[in-house]
Order: sequence, then structure tokens, then C-alpha cells
Amino acid sequence: MTPASQKAVEPTIEIENLKTYFFTRSGVVKSVDGVSYSVAPGEILGIVGESGSGKTVTGMSIMGLIEKPGRIVEGSIRFKGEEIANASERRLRQLRGGAISMVFQDATTALNPVLRVDTQMVETLRAHKKISRREALKAAEKMLARVGIPTPEKRLKSYPHEFSGGMRQRVSIAMALLNDPDLIIADEPTTALDVTVQAQVLLETQKLCREKGTSLIWVTHDLTVVAGLADKVCVMYAGRIVESGSVDDILDNPQHPYTIGLIGSIPSSNTRGRKLQQVEGTTPSLLNIKPGCAFRERCWRATSACQEEPPESSFGPGRTVRCFHPCLEGEKYESAGLNA
Amino acid sequence: MRSTETTPAARPLVRLKNVSKKFTRELDLAARLAQKLGVDINEETVHAVNGINLDIHKGEVVGLVGESGCGKSTLGRVVSGLLPASTGEIEFDGETIDSATSRKRPKDLALRIQMIFQDPYASLNPRMRVGEIISEAPRVHRIVPPNELSAYLDKVMEQCGLDPAYKSRYPHQFSGGQRQRIAIARTLAVKADFIVCDEIVSALDVSIQAQILNLLLDLKQELDLTTLFISHDLGVVEHVSDRVAIMYLGRMVEFAPTEMLFSNPQHPYTRSLLEEVPSLDKRNMNYSAIEGEIPSPFDPPPGCQFHPRCPFATAECRTVAPELQVLESGHTFACHHPQGEIAESQ
Repeated sequence: MTPASQKAVEPTIEIENLKTYFFTRSGVVKSVDGVSYSVAPGEILGIVGESGSGKTVTGMSIMGLIEKPGRIVEGSIRFKGEEIANASERRLRQLRGGAISMVFQDATTALNPVLRVDTQMVETLRAHKKISRREALKAAEKMLARVGIPTPEKRLKSYPHEFSGGMRQRVSIAMALLNDPDLIIADEPTTALDVTVQAQVLLETQKLCREKGTSLIWVTHDLTVVAGLADKVCVMYAGRIVESGSVDDILDNPQHPYTIGLIGSIPSSNTRGRKLQQVEGTTPSLLNIKPGCAFRERCWRATSACQEEPPESSFGPGRTVRCFHPCLEGEKYESAGLNA
Repeated sequence: MRSTETTPAARPLVRLKNVSKKFTRELDLAARLAQKLGVDINEETVHAVNGINLDIHKGEVVGLVGESGCGKSTLGRVVSGLLPASTGEIEFDGETIDSATSRKRPKDLALRIQMIFQDPYASLNPRMRVGEIISEAPRVHRIVPPNELSAYLDKVMEQCGLDPAYKSRYPHQFSGGQRQRIAIARTLAVKADFIVCDEIVSALDVSIQAQILNLLLDLKQELDLTTLFISHDLGVVEHVSDRVAIMYLGRMVEFAPTEMLFSNPQHPYTRSLLEEVPSLDKRNMNYSAIEGEIPSPFDPPPGCQFHPRCPFATAECRTVAPELQVLESGHTFACHHPQGEIAESQ
């Protein structure tokens, strides 16, 4: 069952140079513009970015959920070696909710409000496996218990509105887990939750990945959540991955000015009473974006060289940065001119 | 600029005395009929805010933290005058503005208390131009003479980091962060000196959130603003606040200067909250969740309301509600077993 035992090195998902564009009346929106990453079995990848950075569209592209006027214009998505970037709708239906599942930010809208939880869970199971209704119910009950819902046999008969926000998100996580997926894409699943509930959800997810070898892509705007959960991180800005590496690399030794700005923006005990290092300006509109480094207008290190597209430079396994003027190791960030 | 250092003896700018807010769900016709026929049916009452005492001094930022449903927003609305308190008194600058006999506020005092809301997409009138949004209140209340209004508007906008050239634009032409700046400008335009901020950075991106927090810090220093900062984000609260209050199910469970609260929390609820805050330094966390969920406020547990989830709860906690205790340092908390001492020794 575990993919790890078959072939230790084959990643569960491998994305190469993915480009998803939206062709709107006012122009082309390059939501995802040349994104590459891979996730190994049991690995947790955090994708961090602000709104409009393309992090959600990346996840949607994997699931084949991009609707007109958007489409995947280039690149490949290989799921366990199989190319699914332009797979048929039939094949995608087999994968969705089966081998690949997704958890959305808002469980209230992700669950069907007029169907009981058991109906929805049995449906999910029976769409992918040939099992009887009774077996499916039993499996659903077991899964609800797993994600920490008390008295699951009773709660199965409830409608989504009868659950609290945290419980509802757990139900939607339970549904994502039903068919023992190899890959879970979680799109800001804890953003709307309280810290205590968030901790519970993180706990369950983490346990699952460790026990079952499930790969997880955790999309979020919150670097602090990623710090506690993920193995590696991709930082996205304006449709591109500007920096990637292991959690420790990114947080202790960030090189892209945007990553540095993002980390400096996070309030903590060390920043009390002082001003935060802020990144001036706002995230650019992705509509008709100018060529060159998208961050240059907010960047304090930008030079005329940044009018060109910066290449992705790689150093060390899985460690990349896309910048002409990366902050090198040992350089003092405070003196780098932030918030001067 | 007045000194921001306040001695404990100084008169607080805002004083809440035993403020409570109840919401009652009215019975429908059938239930009322049944009640008349002698069936034992009572209206359901939620104590959204239950007996809060709080002093806020001039120039101070008080953080108010709690999970959703703990009553922190309701308290903010009561303080700002959007909701009348059910019982209790509110004093502002030495005058009682909200009491059992009168829930009406004098206009000049009401103007000095303003509120900023979480969602800048909903709190600005989409059909008004930004200039009108900001200058309407100063014009109506004659805060500046009509001929100086335009210059005053420019000044307030600049103070909040907005380009005065944008004053004839509509709110939808601005990003979330800029809209929140407009909302801040609107409160400053009436020369408010006490601002209730209800989750004002929660809807913003991290880099924009930092800009707004920096703006608040600037304004605090410039104008000696006093702020009640409501948020569920402990990181943000720790960053901005001088003192922090923790609420649970409508009651205040702990209140202390920020450093003290974060370094030496007394209440078990505060301690578990702090443990669960994700931070950049906590890598590969092994999350240990607080057991259970917030109980329904319609039917709060007796005694200490946290006892069903508390690892140190004893028989006493199940029956007797703990009183607020004050340590010498000004650290206030409501718990029978602070830091679990007694429970551990038993």
C-alpha cells in the first residue's frame, strides 16, 4: 500500500514549468507562470504566498479544476509518474477524491448543506471503491473518529450546519482522507479557525502524513504555520516561486528580498514596541504584468538589471532562489536597508 | 504630546465597571402559549459578556484575546456604544457615559470613541467617494470650519499614508490595506482619542498587516491614541499591546502587562493558548491540542467555565466560579489552581 516501499525515490507529485493562464477580456492573467516542485511520499510541502500570488491556482491545476477562461498552457504535472496535466475528465474524476484529494479553506461551502454527512461520505467512498453501503458507513465512522470527532456514529447523521466551524473542517478533512489518498492538497484549511482548533487540525494532519506516508501540499499565507508543520517550503510571488528550500533554510537563511520582507513582517515577542520591517507597496495585479522581476518595484535592492527576468539559481539540493541580488549568508538583514 | 507613562493612581481614560451584555432569544407564539398554560419554558439567554471590569489608561494599547464566540467583539461594541450594556457602568474621561439609568451618551464624548471593523470591504459605503467618507463626520459635527475642510481632509489622509489625490475615488478602487487606512482616517477625522479596533488586520496579507500595524504605532506616538485592540492573533496582540486581557465564554480569565502574561501565564487556558501559537521558532511541532471545544454559551458549565477542558480541574472548579485575584505586580487572573500547583501536589 505504501508507495515508499515500491520505489523509494519516486516523488508522489512532480510539477515542471507549470503555466496556468486566465484569458480574460481585459488581458491575460498569468496566475501560475513557470512553477516547478516535487513532493516525496510522506513529505509535507508548504506553499507560502500572499493573496494573488497563484498559490491556490497551483493546487487547482493539479486537481484539474481550472475552468474557463483559464487553462494550463504549458508544463507537466506527473502524479506517480503519470502525466495528468491534460488528462481526460474521466481520468481526473477517478483521481479526484481518490488518490488525490483536496481540503478547502471554507468547509461551510465545501460540504453540501442539504445532504447529511453520512450521505456525502458514503458517496465519496462508493465513487471510488466497490463496497457495500454498510461497509462504507463503517469506514466513514472510523474516519470521523480518527479526526477526533466524538460519538461519530451519532454525528454521521448530522447535517453540516449542525457542526461547529472546527468540527466541520474536520469532517471535510475526514472526507479527503476516506480513500487513502497518496496526495492531499490543503488550501488554507486552518485560516478561518481559532488557534486551539487549528492546533487540533494540524495535529491530525501531521500524524497522518507520518503514519501513512501521505504526501501533503499545504497552501497558506501564514509562514508561522508552515514553520511548525512542513518539511520544505516554496515562497510564491506573482505566479512564480521566488525561493524554495527546507524550512530551516528558508526561515533561518532567507535570500530573496521578498522572503526576508515576509519574515520581517511577522509580529512576535521580539518586535514588541518596535516597528515591523515592512515591505512597501502592495502585491501587483497579475493582469498584463510587466516582464522582469515582479518584485522589483517593492524591492530595496532592485537595480536596472531587474528589468530582465531573473533566472532561477540553484545551490544545494532543492534550494533555489530567483533573484539577481540575493542576500548572501551572513549578511545583516537589518542593515540591508529594510525600513530605512 | 502628553506623557504616555501612566501611574497606576492616575484616572483611567476608560473604566468598565462590571459590564455585562445579555442576548435573549424571544419565545415564539407556540412557546408563549405553552408558557401561559403552565409549561416550564424559559427564554434562552446568552451571557455574551459577563461582569467585565477593565481600566484603560490614556495612551495605552490594551489587547483583548479569545477564541470566536468568547464575547470579545460584543465587548468592543458595548464599549464603543454600538450596543447598550445590559448591566454595569462605563466611564469615559471621568464621566459616566453608560449606566443603568441612562444608556445615552453625550455627543461630544461619543465622538471621541470610535471603532474600526474587521472587514474594510463592508465597513465603507461603496457609493460614497473616499473624501466624503472621511470628511462627512467632521462636516456634520462642525469639527473644522467649512472653508478649512478640504485642507483638513488632505492632512488626515496624509497622516494615514493615503495620497490626497485619491479623494474622489470610490472604495472599490482601493486594496484591502488602503481601505483599512481609509477606515483609520475616518476615525481620526473626528479627533477620536479612544479607538476600538476589532480584528482590523485579520483580513490583510502579512506584508500589508505589517504596514497597518506600523501606522498604528506611529499614530499612537503622534496623537497619544488609546486603543482597545481586539484580535484572535496572539502574535499581533503581543506586538502591539501594553496590557493584554484573555477572555473565555464572556468572562475575563486573565489580565496582565504583556510581558508578564506571555512569560508567566497563570491561567491554564492562557497557557494552552500560548503553547499553540505557531511561530517561526517552533519547527516540527508536536501539536498537543486543548481537549474539547468551547461549550455552548446557552448552557455554560457551572463553576469555572473552563473546567471541562482543564487538566487541573478539581471538584472545587466544578462548583465554585473562581474570583479574580490580583497579584502585586498587577497580574490579574481567575483560577483556583493557577499554574496547576495545587492539582499537581495532590
